[in-house]
Amino acid sequence: MSSAKLKSGIYLKEKIFSFDIMKKITVALAGNPNSGKTTIFNLLTGARQHVGNYPGVTVEKKEGLCKYADYEMTVVDLPGTYSLTAFSIEELVARNFIVQEHPDVVVDIIDASSVERNLYLATQLMEMNVPLVLAFNMSDVAEQKGLRFDIAQLCRLLEAKIVPMVGSKGRGRKELLDAIVETAAQVRKPRTHQVRYGEEIEHELAAIEAAVARNEPQLAGRYGARWLAVKLLERDDDLTLRVHSRDVHDAVTAGIAHLKGLFGDEPEVVMADRRYGFISGACQETIRTTVESRHSYSDMIDAVVTNPMLGVPIFLILMYLVFFLTFKIGTYPMGWLEWLFGWTTGAITSLWPAGSESWLKSLLVDGVIGGVGGVIVFLPNILLLFFAIALLEDTGYMARAAFIMDRVMHKIGLHGKSFIPMLIGFGCSVPAIMATRILENRRNRLTTIMVIPLMSCGARLTIYALVIPAFFSETWQGPMMWLIYLIGIVLAIICIKILRLTVLRGEAVPFVMELPPYRMPTLKSIAIHMWQRGWMYLRKAGTIILGISILLWIAGSYPKPSAESLRDLSPQQAQQKRLEYSVIGRFGRAIEPAIRPLGFDWKIGTALIGATAAKEVFVSQLAIVYAVGSEDEGSTTLRQRLRAAYTPLTGFCIMLFCLIYAPCVVTVAMTRQETNSWGWAAFQFLGLTALAYVVTLFVYQIGSRIAG
Amino acid sequence: MQRKDVKPLSTIRSGEKVRLAGIEAGRSLNSRLIAMGLVPNVEITVVSNNHPGPFVIMVKSSKVMLGRGMAQKIMVSARDHEE
Repeated sequence: MSSAKLKSGIYLKEKIFSFDIMKKITVALAGNPNSGKTTIFNLLTGARQHVGNYPGVTVEKKEGLCKYADYEMTVVDLPGTYSLTAFSIEELVARNFIVQEHPDVVVDIIDASSVERNLYLATQLMEMNVPLVLAFNMSDVAEQKGLRFDIAQLCRLLEAKIVPMVGSKGRGRKELLDAIVETAAQVRKPRTHQVRYGEEIEHELAAIEAAVARNEPQLAGRYGARWLAVKLLERDDDLTLRVHSRDVHDAVTAGIAHLKGLFGDEPEVVMADRRYGFISGACQETIRTTVESRHSYSDMIDAVVTNPMLGVPIFLILMYLVFFLTFKIGTYPMGWLEWLFGWTTGAITSLWPAGSESWLKSLLVDGVIGGVGGVIVFLPNILLLFFAIALLEDTGYMARAAFIMDRVMHKIGLHGKSFIPMLIGFGCSVPAIMATRILENRRNRLTTIMVIPLMSCGARLTIYALVIPAFFSETWQGPMMWLIYLIGIVLAIICIKILRLTVLRGEAVPFVMELPPYRMPTLKSIAIHMWQRGWMYLRKAGTIILGISILLWIAGSYPKPSAESLRDLSPQQAQQKRLEYSVIGRFGRAIEPAIRPLGFDWKIGTALIGATAAKEVFVSQLAIVYAVGSEDEGSTTLRQRLRAAYTPLTGFCIMLFCLIYAPCVVTVAMTRQETNSWGWAAFQFLGLTALAYVVTLFVYQIGSRIAG
Repeated sequence: MQRKDVKPLSTIRSGEKVRLAGIEAGRSLNSRLIAMGLVPNVEITVVSNNHPGPFVIMVKSSKVMLGRGMAQKIMVSARDHEE
């Protein structure tokens, strides 16, 4: 080896060495909902977070990086759960992560003011024999409640490091990181203390454990024979399916039958009871209550906001504020962004001589800027909406809101919280679909996403604003508008019912929910929440939207008619000719036979196809096919043309069809992202189009019979 | 322990304290309730049982809301007096 190489080798080695000693570990955060898990996650990782989904499911996965001492930690925020059964997808995801990814440390975030209930999850993590750290979060609240912990003794009993913390004030971060590092460095050894289920159950567990070790050595190695035995005796659906050995199944069946006879209850109930017994044993020795106090201020707020008389009005006022913030305040930043895009368009156009027909100019101005603008213009809405949602969630009001609306929403087969995204849908489907993230249950979430486009959004309002004054006298304009909104709501309810009876069937999710004490939200957590949602929208949905927008631009601009054929035409006529000649125009003509029974001609067809880009495009496209200059929905000439061409019945059918048919591409992209499947997006797109066709056909045919 | 008169939780008035006797529900719901602390013999305080408002209980120092239908499936008995 030459000396030069050697030198650079030494230099490199130093670099590699300093890089090498960063030990990489994975830390999983587990904990009950409302235990302040997200706060601790934010505290550890700051804004260096990545939000995605666990593979194949709609459960959100948050990951972040944290560098501490000579460790580089990948921190994974597991879904908030009370237990680790196979009954809910969140619990399955959490435990599969632990089993499959072998995190170096699992931190269980415990609400220190409600230790007993929170330790239930810890006992199960102990059973899985993971390297465990317990973060006693909100220890200031526990102190106010008069709870005193003998931490050292509790550590010994639970065989885990315990770190008192106040996540919202950033207290305990260093101590937690120290505990993580120490635990990661320790050699794993079997626990001496763990839940003992009593002689009879332990006897059955031993029998199952032996059968598992004998017949399913692979599974035993993977899950641990003890844990597997416990779960099988609890009749865990997921693990029972993984076990193929007859001997094991026989041992389990015999064990359950024996214990059932003995206790007169399911073994799983008795076992849960024993876990709580273990916890109260540990707590009795180590926790003292010095003062008798309650959730006082929380109770006072609850007395008002969940009051039978005041609850609903307060909820509606708050919802109005959310709506106002999202869409009314949102119009200002939207206006600035529109101005910015207008300015950019002007600047780019000025690079070409006036009247230039350059395809590049058209691509940049209409395709790229139009597409990017169409994506970014929603960003203020999304940020403001998630600011409001974060505020409602972090203060604890969201749980109350869910309960208040549950009585109504339950009747149509949805969860109380579904009300919020549906309401947002009247502003815009895009943030509304994103807002379904507040729903934990997958079926509820999918059902809600599927029907959100039936809420008349702001873009469709521009269509109604064009059509209604064109066909209806002033006295009928108000009721018409009201009717079209109402039809959307009624159809949504019918669709929910149908979905819940067919593709999204399943038992109604029982309503049990913890009412967390009211808390002051931190600015940091709200900011992180907003940033995450905004970024996710731009990165995931944005790219799809941009792609589809450019495709639609191509379809609306190509092929081009020859220059001679346009020579003697006015600019409006030329524009009309170009649209007719394009793929969209041709397609509009091609579908004419199909939409004739709805009372539509090819002109409406063309506008409808163009409007899949964004529903308000319907108005501008119609203006182009009618070769009227102004694209403004207030345009009287376009209204006059419409009135001359169509009957009021057709006018009504246009609105009806626009209300129901295929959601705009942005919504499609959003559905694709949030359901994690093109299948659901296609189902929504095609299903709503079919529904629009059927409903409009029915109305037009009946209507024209009556009128004729 | 002798069986006292067992009745549904939904019949208990606000402010009263009772003990859980059993839950007459499917396994999935049962396991969810257990994980939230509703194990046999646990002390339950009914915080609010106002028609048509929410049904709220306090169990193991956390507040839990239940659907009214569910409150009918949860059977409770009077608290032992020696406590």
